[in-house]
Amino acid sequence: MRLITAKGLAVRHVGHVALHDVDFHIDRGEIITIVGPNGSGKTTLLRALIGAIKPSEGTVERLVGLKIGYVPQKLHIEPTLPITVERFLSLPHKVSAAQCQTALERAGVPNLGRRQMTSLSGGQFQRVLLARAILGEPDLLILDEATQGLDQPGSAAFYRQIEAIRRDMGCAVLLVSHELHVVMSASDRVVCLNGHVCCHGAPDVVASAPEYRALFGSGTGGALALYRHDHHHVHDHDHPHPHTHEGAD
Amino acid sequence: MLDDFLVRAALAGLGVGLAAGPLGCFVVWRRMAYFGDATAHAAILGVALALSFNVSVFAGVLIVSVLVAALVSSLSGRDLGIDTVLGVLAHSALAVGLVAVSFLDGVRVDLMAYLFGDILAVSKVDVLLVWLGGVGVIGILWWRWSALLIATLSPDLAQAGGVRPEREQLVLTLALAIVVAVAIKVVGALLIAALLIIPAAAARPLAQTPGTMALMASAIGGLSSLAGLGAAWRFDTPAGPTIVCAAALIFAVSAAIGMMRRRLG
Repeated sequence: MRLITAKGLAVRHVGHVALHDVDFHIDRGEIITIVGPNGSGKTTLLRALIGAIKPSEGTVERLVGLKIGYVPQKLHIEPTLPITVERFLSLPHKVSAAQCQTALERAGVPNLGRRQMTSLSGGQFQRVLLARAILGEPDLLILDEATQGLDQPGSAAFYRQIEAIRRDMGCAVLLVSHELHVVMSASDRVVCLNGHVCCHGAPDVVASAPEYRALFGSGTGGALALYRHDHHHVHDHDHPHPHTHEGAD
Repeated sequence: MLDDFLVRAALAGLGVGLAAGPLGCFVVWRRMAYFGDATAHAAILGVALALSFNVSVFAGVLIVSVLVAALVSSLSGRDLGIDTVLGVLAHSALAVGLVAVSFLDGVRVDLMAYLFGDILAVSKVDVLLVWLGGVGVIGILWWRWSALLIATLSPDLAQAGGVRPEREQLVLTLALAIVVAVAIKVVGALLIAALLIIPAAAARPLAQTPGTMALMASAIGGLSSLAGLGAAWRFDTPAGPTIVCAAALIFAVSAAIGMMRRRLG
């Protein structure tokens, strides 16, 4: 089932065109990654998809009653503002302690409820943001560079958590990231963006596409291969569950 | 009872302190300290205009504060940082206000009363305005509490949760203008920001949640007003500055407690 369909999308800011001729769709349960260099319109696309900005051209159709969970890029909390994790999860809509606990467990941080937000490590903080995003049992989870500031093992663990959440809750996941090698292996589909959709498809198809190589150089192709190798390795020993990463396009 | 000027002063001080505390928390959390200053300094222009057009000082200050706040919001953008815009507007408004007052013939304006406050001269109407304004501000904060908090934490998350961050910013700005308008007679334009920030800062080391911090700031604000007024009466010192001194003293104690706690673990 289509959750969001965008057709012929264009967004113009004053003086420049951020996006043009973008066709995009996301289905229930898919993991899609949007990659692209800085200023390629990734965040603009996200904002247009969720309806935070109006497209200058084209249409965006969202499933009626679509519930979206959003994990922001990063969040700075003023040290002058004392707030516990539980209280933070209860804003702006109050949720029960049981709901908080379930969300924290799903996000992999079951024991943080009483902690002060400012005392969390980078990885814990992002998982709390993740818990916040899944509180409302969303149909679609959107993450905008959610692992910025995490080290490589940290972000790899974070994305494994996302896959687990997708399995548990069946929600679709839309990622924006520049950490290609970590993200792409977990995706069903990759969309390479540079003002328009350069190329899209299964991760390995995109990684070998000439448009993609022109943007990111062939070096990342090697890193991707390296990671995929590593991934299979971990997969065989530590992860008994089957991963399915076949392209959906 | 209200015929006693000291009772009126105590009631006015208490009202301003109770309302300024929780609002001050938002000022501190959003790093708007300078915003409070700007609005308060602009209030002198409001006083001058009110006197020349013969309307109530409260109305004049309220209107100018709201205008300055709106100007700040619209001017701050890419070219000018918010601190620069505030610096320009705050001091220009204060200067224009001082010049404008000097043009007022026939009216002898006791400028000191508006710069430093004249709490011992508050009338029954002033007390009424302070409490209407104070209760109004506390009511607004209570009503919009969750929305204000999430908009303060992150405009993006607010948006995602169905809260419009610009609207919450506007609500805070209006509340700030109201507090400045009612507080100008109590502590004066130069010290209003102190009454916003110091109780909130003093409450911080003692609080674990935003709610307790706001309640404590309110209590500390009220206590500072009463203690300061009492001390001013006893030692024959100017009331407004003495109230701020009392708040500073409470801050010092709270900061010491905070430091000791961190030492001990």
